[in-house]
Amino acid sequence: MRLVILEDYEQASEWAAKYICNRIIQFKPSQGRYFTLGLPTGNTPLGCYKKLIEYHKNGDLSFKYVKTFNMDEYVGLPRNHPESYHSYMWNNFFKHIDIDPNNAHILDGNAPDLQAECDAFEKKIEEAGGIDLFVGGIGPDGHIAFNEPGSSLSSRTRLKTLAMDTILANAKYFDGDLSKVPTMALTVGVGTVMDAREVMILITGAHKAFALYKAIEEGVNHMWTVSAFQQHPRTIFVCDEDATLELRVKTVKYFKG
Amino acid sequence: MPSNKSVSDAPIVQFTNCRILRDHQLQREDLWVREGKILNPEKLFFDEKGSADVQLDCKDSIIAPGFIDVQINGGFGVDFSLATDDFKSGIDLVSQKILSHGVTSFCPTLVTSPPSVYHQVLPQISVRNGGAHGAGILGAHLEGPFISKEKKGAHPEHCLRTFEAGAFQDLLATYGSLDCVQIVTLAPEMSRSSEVIQELTKRGICVSLGHSVANLSQAEEAVQHGATFITHLFNAMLPFHHRDPGIVGLLTSDKIPAGRRVFYGMISDGIHTNPAALRIAHRAHPKGLVLVTDAIAGMGLAPGRHTLGQQVVEIDGLNTYIAGTKTLSGSVATMDTCVRHFQEATGCSVETALEAASLHPAQLLGIEHKKGTLNYDSDADFLMLNDSLYVQATYIAGKEVWRQDGLGM
Repeated sequence: MRLVILEDYEQASEWAAKYICNRIIQFKPSQGRYFTLGLPTGNTPLGCYKKLIEYHKNGDLSFKYVKTFNMDEYVGLPRNHPESYHSYMWNNFFKHIDIDPNNAHILDGNAPDLQAECDAFEKKIEEAGGIDLFVGGIGPDGHIAFNEPGSSLSSRTRLKTLAMDTILANAKYFDGDLSKVPTMALTVGVGTVMDAREVMILITGAHKAFALYKAIEEGVNHMWTVSAFQQHPRTIFVCDEDATLELRVKTVKYFKG
Repeated sequence: MPSNKSVSDAPIVQFTNCRILRDHQLQREDLWVREGKILNPEKLFFDEKGSADVQLDCKDSIIAPGFIDVQINGGFGVDFSLATDDFKSGIDLVSQKILSHGVTSFCPTLVTSPPSVYHQVLPQISVRNGGAHGAGILGAHLEGPFISKEKKGAHPEHCLRTFEAGAFQDLLATYGSLDCVQIVTLAPEMSRSSEVIQELTKRGICVSLGHSVANLSQAEEAVQHGATFITHLFNAMLPFHHRDPGIVGLLTSDKIPAGRRVFYGMISDGIHTNPAALRIAHRAHPKGLVLVTDAIAGMGLAPGRHTLGQQVVEIDGLNTYIAGTKTLSGSVATMDTCVRHFQEATGCSVETALEAASLHPAQLLGIEHKKGTLNYDSDADFLMLNDSLYVQATYIAGKEVWRQDGLGM
């Protein structure tokens, strides 16, 4: 794996955005030959999305021939609820760029048959030729997407119950009212992300430091599902200095060198 | 967004590079329009997988809902209280000209007139949508003749009437028909006014208090019976007194029925109301303030003599008086001037000034679900303004109906 350490959040976001931008441009996507991108939500990627939008508005990057697949969506939350991941993606990304709405895929947490919706999502990824670059984040408990501690490392897209940690962390987005926070979500599996040709994990902030330590300095463990990517041929962890606080100095020096 | 053929036949227009007035704030968002209505682009993206057919760069303009003038007596030589042969073309002319003032909907107002005038004129006023031909007509505003002699202002005394004999029937006989009437201004201290107010309210007509010597209790009673508006606050009513605030006291009355709001018209042309008085009213009850022009036939014309119904008025600059007197009679202000003056005099935000001419009149008339805002599914009647609140372009049902000369887009 690569561990790219930038000084602060802004620089980490910019590095990640430039990487994505260059990947797309080098791929030279065109009609019938799309670049497929897996996308996350949450606080961490906001800076990266802002930068990508900037590159688009400068005329340097087009999403015309890019297909996107989001990692997850809450179950039972109305699609137009301000905290749904559909709203997040629209407001923070899609409305600012030139992506074809037919190419922006997000799981439907209100589908009548949730497992069928998950299976269909896996199929869409397959039909798109697989994911070229899956961008993800890491939860404080080491989860990727909503693959909470204990999730199978071979899992596929499915319905998951959210861990109490996650529900508590999310409460601030629902007026602090725990009863309003969704308890279930549809999520891509660890296996689904492992199938991507390349994976980039964004990790910033001191509160994620312990999870990063567990993910890369300890063994592969279903309690820290991001650790699965130790076995992926092409993974980059992009982080800021604060996120490295729990790593050994030797590790940091190695990757900085 | 790719400008491919979108999923419906109606073209989707995306106005970009603008600041839109939404949720009481200027937000940097694009405005989307389809089939004459404001479109929800998120819904379009996810539900219909649609995108814009046309993108227009608004060069950082402010986009606000079109202004609604609920008190305008005429303009450009046209007097709505005169039963002329070419009345229809007169109203068409005014509705077309006021587009350049940012007005997209209005209530042609008739001052106190003899019944014959109402019988001839009212059938010629019809509620209609706006468009390239002019601003939309929401219905007539009948200001008088059931008003107080002591506060008649510029209204002709010989045409004043009461309804103490037959209440609502008297009113109906005077006007002839209420089909296209949206607002009636009357003096609530008149005998049997409560019955009249109730009947009018039942018919969906907005009752306004004005040209009156009512005290606060009489005004409150009128509100309890259904009145919701005050015609040009401060003018043609008893002045505020600290032991009987009169109609002005409605702004802070605690006897307004729950869930209702009293609105009040203000002519902020710098003449009808001292800026300090304007500020007092605004600070006392900001959500009720409705900007009106009370414009008369001379608006838009050179200074000199013009008519206002049965009277002759003289215009000198921004002042309009009954000829030979110092009695104010309407104004020659335009709506956009009123908005700018209101903003300057009160120091309020741009959003507040714009809402006083759009959202509040729409709320007064109970039409805010389709007019007066840029909410999704509202009628796409809007304005492009510069930062000094000068109107650069006017749109009705999503189509440009007026543009300031010399502006490209």
